[in-house]
Amino acid sequence: MTIEELEQIAKNVQQENAKYDYEVNVCMDLACASQGAGALKDALVKAAEAAGKKVLVRRTGCMGPCSHGPLVRVDPEETLYRHVSAEMADIIVQHLGGSPVPELQCDLNEHFDKQVRVVLENAGYIDPEKIDDYIAHDGYKALLTVLTEMTPNGVIHRITESGLRGRGGGGYPTGLKWGTVAKAKGDVKYVVCNGDEGDPGAFMDRSVMEGDPHRVIEGMAIAAYAVGASKGFIYVRAEYPVAVSRLTTALREARRHGLLGNNICNTPFNFDVEIRLGAGAFVCGEETALIASIEGRRGTPKPRPPYPASSGLWGKPTLINNVETYANVAPIVRNGGKWFFSMGSERSKGTKVFALTGKIANTGLVEVPMGIKLREIIEVIGGGVPDGHKFKAVQTGGPSGGCIPEEMLDVGVSYDALLKMGSIMGSGGMIVMDDTSCMVNVARFFIEFCMTESCGKCIPCRAGTAQMYTLLTRICTGAGTMDDLALLEDLCVTVKETSLCGLGQTAPNPVLSTLKYFRNEYIEHILDKCCRAGVCQMAAIEPENEVVA
Amino acid sequence: MVGTMRVAPNAVPHRLQLSGCSGQGGIVPVITPPPLPSEDKRWKIVNGTMRKNGFARHALIETLHTVQSSFGFLDDDAIRFVALSLHVPLSQAYGVATFYHYFTLKPPGKHTVTVCAGTACYIKGADKLIAAAEKRLGIAPGRTTPDGQISLMTARCVGACSRAPVVLCDGEVAGEITREQMLEQLERWAVE
Repeated sequence: MTIEELEQIAKNVQQENAKYDYEVNVCMDLACASQGAGALKDALVKAAEAAGKKVLVRRTGCMGPCSHGPLVRVDPEETLYRHVSAEMADIIVQHLGGSPVPELQCDLNEHFDKQVRVVLENAGYIDPEKIDDYIAHDGYKALLTVLTEMTPNGVIHRITESGLRGRGGGGYPTGLKWGTVAKAKGDVKYVVCNGDEGDPGAFMDRSVMEGDPHRVIEGMAIAAYAVGASKGFIYVRAEYPVAVSRLTTALREARRHGLLGNNICNTPFNFDVEIRLGAGAFVCGEETALIASIEGRRGTPKPRPPYPASSGLWGKPTLINNVETYANVAPIVRNGGKWFFSMGSERSKGTKVFALTGKIANTGLVEVPMGIKLREIIEVIGGGVPDGHKFKAVQTGGPSGGCIPEEMLDVGVSYDALLKMGSIMGSGGMIVMDDTSCMVNVARFFIEFCMTESCGKCIPCRAGTAQMYTLLTRICTGAGTMDDLALLEDLCVTVKETSLCGLGQTAPNPVLSTLKYFRNEYIEHILDKCCRAGVCQMAAIEPENEVVA
Repeated sequence: MVGTMRVAPNAVPHRLQLSGCSGQGGIVPVITPPPLPSEDKRWKIVNGTMRKNGFARHALIETLHTVQSSFGFLDDDAIRFVALSLHVPLSQAYGVATFYHYFTLKPPGKHTVTVCAGTACYIKGADKLIAAAEKRLGIAPGRTTPDGQISLMTARCVGACSRAPVVLCDGEVAGEITREQMLEQLERWAVE
C-alpha cells in the first residue's frame, strides 16, 4: 500500500458515494442498537427502494446524544432525527430532498456547538466495518506519512510538541513515555493498547473501539514505529463483544490492505496486532496487572520500578497507552503538534471525551476542549438536571475519583484542577447526581466496588477497603458513631499511602471527597439518624443498637 | 469445587518427552497434547484456540474464554485439560479461573438475567432492581434457581450507561428498564 493507492481508494469511495442523492446515517452504537436501530436500518433500505430514491443507508458509530436515540442523520443537509423507530422509515424517506420531518427533528445546537471533535471526528460519519470509509476520511494517511517521511525521533518530537497526556486517567506526558520506550535497550519491544475500560459509568473507549477501530490501530502502528516495536496487543474487556468483533474485522481488513504485516508501505517496518480478552477484573486496568493478564496469569500488580517502559510484557520494554490516547495520535501527526497544543488549557492540551450519564437530560458521549467549565458541560451540553430536581454533585474518575459539588462547577476541566478538587480526570466517566442521591451511600457503593475488585495482593487494600465498607455500612444503617467517622478518615489515609497499586491508592478518594464537600450528610446519618435523600434505611435504630451507638 | 482438583498420575508424561534430545546439549521438547476429554465436538474448538496460539502458556485466558463460550462454564475436566495442554500448573489454571469474575465454575440456568450494577445504573436505581429480582427468584446474585431455569447475575458495567438502568436478558441489552418490566420477563421465563 502506498500513499497514491490510499488516495485512489478514497477517490473510489467518493465516486461511489456520489452515485447516491442522499446519505442516511443510522447510529448503531449499543444504546441505539438496543432500541431497534438494526430493524430501523433495514426498514430505511426497504423504504428507499420502494420510493425509488437513490439513498445510501449507512451504519455508523455513536453520534453522541444517546438519550435521544435511536438517532438518524440525513446528509448532505445534516438533519438529525431522534427517537426514530422502524415505522418512521417511510416518512423520513418521503421527506428526503424536501423539508425535514418536524416531529422527529432533534434540535441540539447548543449541545454540539460547545464540542470540538478530534477523537470522535469520524463517529457518526463512517461505517466502522469498512476500512475504505476510514481511508476516505484521511485514514492511514498519517501512518504512511510517518513511514515514508519521518524518523522515529521526529514522530516522538511531534507527539511531545503536542502536549498530549495519557487519557487513561493518570495524565503522564505521552511523548515522554514514547521517548523512554524508544531509548530502552532491547531488540524486542511491545506496544499495548489498554482497552480494559473498567470504570463503571464510562464507555468512551468502547465507543471509539466500536465506532472507529482503525483509528486505534493506526495510532498503535505509529507508536510502534516510533518506539521500535513490531508486535502489539489490544487488551479489551470481554464485556464488550461488539468492540472485539469490530476490532477483529478491522485488523483483518488492515492486514488485507497491507497496512499491518511485513514491510508496510514497502518499508522495512513490520507490525501486527493481536487482541487479548480481559475477563472482568477492574485491577487489570493497572498497567502491571494488565501485563500479567496478557501473559495469561492472574491480574495482580507488581511494584514499580521497573516500569513497563523498561521491563514490561515478558520482561521486554513495553509501551502501554489507553484507547483514547492512541486515537489522538493520527490527527496530531496529520495536523501537527502545534495544532493540538493550541487547544485546551495551560497544562492539559487537546480535547477530552466524556461519558455523560446519571441524572442529566442529554446523556451520551461528548468531546470538549480541555479547560471548559464543568458547569458548561453539565448545564449547556448536558442540558442540566431533569424533572425539577436539584443538582448535587458530579462524579468523575470512577471508583478512583471523587464527587464534585455545585460550588466547584466553575473550575475548568484539566488533570491538575480535578486533582486539586480531590477527584481525578480518570478515563472520562462523568456521572451527575441530584438531590435523590445520598453521598454517604454513593461513597459506600464505590468502596464496595473496590473491596470486591481488590486483587488481594497487598493488605492495606484488601483489608482496608473491607473495613471501610463495614464502617460505611454502619453509618448508612444508622449504627455509626463519631468514632467510626474518625476511624474511617484515619483508614482512608492509611490505605491511600500504603497500597501497592493505583487501585488501593485511589480507593479512598470517593470517601475523602464526599467527606470534604458533604460532611454534613455523614454527621446527619450519625447524629440525627437521618438520610436527607431518603436512600438509606436506618434499620439499625433498634434498642440494642442504640446502646452500641 | 475447592479441593477436588487432582492430577491423575498418568498426566505426568504429557509434560515433556526428552526422547527428542538432540545430543548437542540443546533439548528439543516433543510435546504430546493430552487426549480430548470426550467425543464432544466442542473440545475441538477449544483445541483450535490453543493451536492458534501455538499451545503457549499465555493463551490460558484465551482458552478458558473459548471453553466458557462453548460449554457455558468451566468445570474440573476443562480446567485440567487446558492446564495439561498448555503446560500450566493446575494451581495457576484454577487461580486464573477463580480470579476473574467473568469465568464461572457453575453451569448457568436456561435463562440469565444480568442486572448492571455500574455507577450510572446504581444512581438510577439498579439496587432496587437487584433486590426485586432476588425476592422474586428467591436466590442471591450469582446463583441459579433450583429448577435450573433462571440465573441471576450482576455486571460491573456493560457500557450502556446512557440508558441506565440496564438489564441484560440472555445477553440482550434492555435499557431504561423498570422493575415491572424486568419482573414480567422473569415471569415469562418461569412459566416456560
